[in-house]
Amino acid sequence: MATLTTDVLVIGGGATGAGVAWDAALRGLDVVLVDRGDLAEGTSGRFHGLLHSGGRYAVKDPRAAEECIAENRILRRVAADGIEDTGGFFVTTPWDDPAYADRFAAGCAATGVDCEEIDRAVALKEEPRLNPDVSRVFRVPDASIDVWKTVWALARGAQQRGARVLPYHAAVAIHRDGDRVTGARLRGSRSGEELDVEAGVTVNASGAWAHFIAEMAGIEGVRVLPGRGIMIAMNHRLVNTCVNRCQMPTDGDIIVPIRTVCVIGTTDVHTDDPDDHTVIQSEVDAMLDDGEKLVPGFRRARALRVWTGVRPLFEDAKADSTETRDVTRAHALLDHEQRDGVQGFVTITGGKLTTFRLMAEETVDAVCRHLGEQRACTTSTEPLPGSEEHATYHLGERLERKEQHLSDHQLICECEMVPRWKLEQTMRRRATTNLDDIRRLLRLGMGPCQGGFCIYRATGILHGLDGLTAEQADETLRRFLQERWKGVWPVLYGDQLRQARLDDWIFQGVLGVEHLPA
Amino acid sequence: MTAGGNVSAGMTGIDELLRGSLDHCVKCTICETQCPVSNVTPLFPGPKYAGPQAERYRVGGEPSVEWSVDYCSGCGICSMSCPQGVKIAEINAQARHKLKREHGIPLRDRLITRPTWLGRAGTPVAPLANFTLGFKPLRVLGEKTLGVHRNGPAPKFAGRRFSRWARGHSGPGTGRRIVYFHGCGTEYYEPWEGQKIVEILEHNGFRVEVPKQDCCGLPLQSSGLFDDARKVVLRLARALAPHVRDDPDTIIVGNATSCTLMLKREAREILGIEGDPDLKLVSERTYDICELLLELHDRGELKTDFRPVDEHIAYHAPCQQQGHYIGKPALELFALIPGLEVSEMNARCCGIAGTYGLKAEKYDIAMAVGADLFAQVEASGAGEVACDSETCRWQITHATGHKSAHPIDYLHRAYGL
Repeated sequence: MATLTTDVLVIGGGATGAGVAWDAALRGLDVVLVDRGDLAEGTSGRFHGLLHSGGRYAVKDPRAAEECIAENRILRRVAADGIEDTGGFFVTTPWDDPAYADRFAAGCAATGVDCEEIDRAVALKEEPRLNPDVSRVFRVPDASIDVWKTVWALARGAQQRGARVLPYHAAVAIHRDGDRVTGARLRGSRSGEELDVEAGVTVNASGAWAHFIAEMAGIEGVRVLPGRGIMIAMNHRLVNTCVNRCQMPTDGDIIVPIRTVCVIGTTDVHTDDPDDHTVIQSEVDAMLDDGEKLVPGFRRARALRVWTGVRPLFEDAKADSTETRDVTRAHALLDHEQRDGVQGFVTITGGKLTTFRLMAEETVDAVCRHLGEQRACTTSTEPLPGSEEHATYHLGERLERKEQHLSDHQLICECEMVPRWKLEQTMRRRATTNLDDIRRLLRLGMGPCQGGFCIYRATGILHGLDGLTAEQADETLRRFLQERWKGVWPVLYGDQLRQARLDDWIFQGVLGVEHLPA
Repeated sequence: MTAGGNVSAGMTGIDELLRGSLDHCVKCTICETQCPVSNVTPLFPGPKYAGPQAERYRVGGEPSVEWSVDYCSGCGICSMSCPQGVKIAEINAQARHKLKREHGIPLRDRLITRPTWLGRAGTPVAPLANFTLGFKPLRVLGEKTLGVHRNGPAPKFAGRRFSRWARGHSGPGTGRRIVYFHGCGTEYYEPWEGQKIVEILEHNGFRVEVPKQDCCGLPLQSSGLFDDARKVVLRLARALAPHVRDDPDTIIVGNATSCTLMLKREAREILGIEGDPDLKLVSERTYDICELLLELHDRGELKTDFRPVDEHIAYHAPCQQQGHYIGKPALELFALIPGLEVSEMNARCCGIAGTYGLKAEKYDIAMAVGADLFAQVEASGAGEVACDSETCRWQITHATGHKSAHPIDYLHRAYGL
């Protein structure tokens, strides 16, 4: 069995774990980053894409609001490439308590969240689909963030500084030597091979799964209360600004424009199993009704797909509630030396995507304490790969690039404008047979047809590049279709139903995909 | 089929219609198989690409990034062929408009989109103007300085105006009132077409009124000059509306199919003019001449005292005529004329698309688009070519050397007027 030796082993390749890897690598530490699946496949990749201004927490959780606005300003510079400066509105709809607006404005002032009340008419001019019956509108610096782009930039930056990044490697055991954690045993979920990592410090950044890893290390009482929320992506951007309901946090209170779609979110239902991705039809219906309150006609617009994400809410010992929204959204850093007398082990959980950098900074500070050497954090000033110019993403980017190569770059995914050369380059780099891995990197198959026209093409290209057997290629195709189907079926109505029928004719009728040799 | 869009509130009708209609696209690619332009040039990436696909990447506040959408000729075949009701050509027209607004409009586009200016300037000096338009060295100069292709099928000024003839013409003075919208082509270039239409209508018992009128704004619109086009079409609506407002039975008839389409539909669906009562009234009352005559025939009200016309002609239904969604009434009218043999052309587009084929950078594309039609005309063995739209006729004659005429010409001959 192979053994790797490193300063820091990070378990969990979401935004937090990748952020820890980047931070530690920048401080000159040797890092191994692992995830049981792909990077940002869990909670990080399953949210609506909001980079908080802090407005959402200005009344309820001032500390979270302060953290958000501080991180928002930092990330716009250092992670600009994955961020679109959409701006945000908080709007008082007829369903919202009108008294909240003043509390909101006061909360923003107290927490330093930039907030300006604007004329309704100005807001409606900027966002013509917004409910014309909103009574008050506040502008805040919300933005949208492409998590996959950001997490891979973190990983790539860490790799450039020597880090080893191992997706599809699950921790199957945490090694302990007395009161010291010394590393972990990993199992490659694709190769099936096991691997030992000897680490000075092991960081448990597994979010909603943190209690499993802590238990493996023999640590008791780490409790994470998973809160499941659904999100629905719409076919195109009904709004180009993040639009929030100006009220206490509740279900369906935001629409985020991200890349070519806009996403409404979310719900919050307690679940015992962080891998529970059940979509409940009544939740979908309620979410569409909520959309209607912000954008009248929302129900008639085309929904593309539904997904769920599971928040890792760290349970306060004092609270005994199943209403997960009331559990703190703040992150929790558990230094197990101080908490449990176990050296070389740190757990970071809770929190929110917007504050991943801060969480990583605090975590690596703790790592340094364990290693006995103080090294300064530089993630607030060091740009990620791709963000060196601090230029934020804009929606027309892919269209503009394609325009330079109209006839010489064949488009494979037409909806998301993925050219063949880019697809092939990414397939070679990732060396994966899972097209979902490629999807997360390129948005392959994420547009209106949900892979209907690109996935048979992409499978053929992968087959040609990778030397897959025909059976493996069939399996690749089928697995991707199944993944897409999971998200499509709960919103099969209207235009998306027509699309699903056409896709069905292509894959079942023409290609007979269920009867391919397996 | 649902032609409209999905999301409504707060949106103006046009945004709703276009942006909302992209939700209907299932990527089937039928429009791309039908697009006459993208089938002959890589410079236009195709209606699905430029329309519902690219639209998802467009944000009002961001600058235009695609010059390629300027290569759409605006023929409208994509919208017509879409089985899902996506307003593809209309989405593209909006994108083209935005591009032109941001990047400025060439002098050429400001000139050739103003048939009224050109007509007024050219008519009194028609021999000189026609000499200029036919004189190769000057055309070469025009291509180099203005970007109007040296071979582009420029029409000849008739040297007289239809409206002058109409003022001097004394009709029957009785009969059912009808308002004639002749358009700029008839006014400055083909006044005889207007005379024939007046005579046919009078033969069928109408009393024809010819109001003072002006351009419909279509050339401006197709070059992306929407603000000017809106002014021009509304001016036309102001001119026509008073003639039909007080009498619910009075209708407007026109022979320029692209101009009548502007009144019927495009002022709303492309220029986004909503709620103007004059335009709405004019839009509801406007008929294409062949549409009207066939409807009269269906009601048994069209005189059928036709003499034989022993000719073999080809008929091409232009894209803009197809955009009326009225079928091909000219073919059914031809069938009433004894002796007339008609070969229906089965080609998409002649390529000219109004002023598109006049532009230096687009002339070759327009000729390539029309190649199929031109070959069919040659192969048909027909003599003349009948076609409803004047710019298409000029293009067909330019490319094939065959004489061309409005379908109405053959009815006029058959009536012996």
